[in-house]
Amino acid sequence: MATMTRDETQALIQEVLEVYPEKAKKDRAKHLAVNDPSIEQSKQCITSNRKSQPGVMTIRGCAYAGSRGVVWGPIKDMVHISHGPVGCGQYTRAGRRNYYTGMTGVNAFGTMNFTSDFQEKDIVFGGDKKLAKIVDEIEQLFPLVKGISVQSECPIGLIGDDIESVAKQKTKELNKPVIPVRCEGFRGVSQSLGHHIANDAIRDHVVHNRDNDDSFESTPYDVAIIGDYNIGGDAWSSRILLEEMGLRVVAQWSGDGTLSEMELTPKVKLNLIHCYRSMNYISRHMEERYGVPWMEYNLFGPTKIAESLRKIAAFFDETIQANAEQVIAKYQAEYDAIIAKYRPRLEGKRVMLYVGGLRPRHIIGAYEDLGMEVVGTGYEFAHNDDYDRTLKEMGDSTLLYDDVTGYELEKFTEALKPDLVGSGVKEKYIFQKMGIPFRQMHSWDYSGPYHGYDGFAIFARDMDMTINNPCWNSMRAPWLKPAEGESEAPVAASA
Amino acid sequence: MPNVMIRKKDDGSLLFYVAKKDMEETIASVETDTSAAWGGAVELTDGSRWYIDPVSPPPSFPTTLRFKRAES
Ligand code: SF4
Repeated sequence: MATMTRDETQALIQEVLEVYPEKAKKDRAKHLAVNDPSIEQSKQCITSNRKSQPGVMTIRGCAYAGSRGVVWGPIKDMVHISHGPVGCGQYTRAGRRNYYTGMTGVNAFGTMNFTSDFQEKDIVFGGDKKLAKIVDEIEQLFPLVKGISVQSECPIGLIGDDIESVAKQKTKELNKPVIPVRCEGFRGVSQSLGHHIANDAIRDHVVHNRDNDDSFESTPYDVAIIGDYNIGGDAWSSRILLEEMGLRVVAQWSGDGTLSEMELTPKVKLNLIHCYRSMNYISRHMEERYGVPWMEYNLFGPTKIAESLRKIAAFFDETIQANAEQVIAKYQAEYDAIIAKYRPRLEGKRVMLYVGGLRPRHIIGAYEDLGMEVVGTGYEFAHNDDYDRTLKEMGDSTLLYDDVTGYELEKFTEALKPDLVGSGVKEKYIFQKMGIPFRQMHSWDYSGPYHGYDGFAIFARDMDMTINNPCWNSMRAPWLKPAEGESEAPVAASA
Repeated sequence: MPNVMIRKKDDGSLLFYVAKKDMEETIASVETDTSAAWGGAVELTDGSRWYIDPVSPPPSFPTTLRFKRAES
């Protein structure tokens, strides 16, 4: 399968842009680019983190989604109140599949939805009294709750409620942190600002809580997993590798995480950060304030896992370094067998990705381990620094699209004819109806974990079962099939 | 006058990070870098120039400092 040249890719972008009015065309052109791995700074080729054009279909979420859904939501022993009307929380409830252990409703609250269910009178007269009442009710019904966060939905900012003062008063009364988060959906251009606001709330209300408390016995091998949301169990399959290396994982942020884990994180020796986009802010803060260094890593696919484990080990002493080699060796037979089994079935298949914070670049290695090639990738809400890190991972002349619109993604897919598209649930059925195998890469399509060696086995199986599914040959009604000898029209994916 | 966080990179060079702009650049040269003070005109690898009144004694990194854009 011929890959496209730089000029062809550029021509494709031009062709897709043709339908837009002049002004929109000019804006969208800045968000579409042909990759050139020799460029050092992404701002020379692609613009990101800008407001979406009115009238196009964007796939982005809001700041509330970034804070409630991504960063705070998975902290299991806290209650996160969706403060405002009922819909924002209800429609996103448990959608990210952040796994956790514990008794839901007793000491863990991950999949429950708490909301202040704003009515007209709350908008008119303000909702602060209601908030205070909800906090009391939560305390009464769920005495084991360790803390409460107030996640503001749009109306809170619009009517000017003072959630900070309610939170402050209740923190004192209950002797538990009640944390106001100003993540109203209208702030910023995407969920990305919600991550930042959530990080700032953690900085202001959580990480310093145990500054003068030395009762926690630390070891020289303490680390924290930052930016792993345990989707389908991802953090668990990562954690065991670190533990086998001899490290002690003190905290998981925030998949299957707890409030006290977060409070203890400033005492670790190294912060390991998987999703850079959503948690780099707090990592930078801990580095500056507590001198805890941080390091990005990637546990998708054996090549990147080995690279990352070695990089992490290099930070510690020789025992850990030797352990890392042992861990890699221990799993080698396992992953070699997986590659031997699936690579022949997947070799040469081409993939297009369009996902969120880290996956458009982190998963590339896992596909390459299976002999597949990523021909196009893009982020919903990335910033320049994410694209800086992406340019090197992608091949020359591949396609980059930022905040791609529904129309553009469809057109690109028609032109590039990938064997697999990986994106979210909103895109899934469009591409399946176009006859293109599709995987949801936000929720792992209800599968997972995909991190670590255990995750790689599941990843490979899932990709195989999607791409080589016999249904893709049955996309055309039998009576529409060309008669014997005629050539097949290019509706079904080239299987 | 943006707030800039300066941190040491793995290779020992200094990273110039402006959170508001998601700008991550490496510092190419610093006017004053002695045991007594650090600062002055700072040039980044992308060619842009910034200024800070020399800080004395030199700060330990990572730290956040306020820089001015220098007109070039
Ligand atoms: S944009 Fe506002 S109303 Fe919509 S989901 Fe987000 S917080 Fe709720």
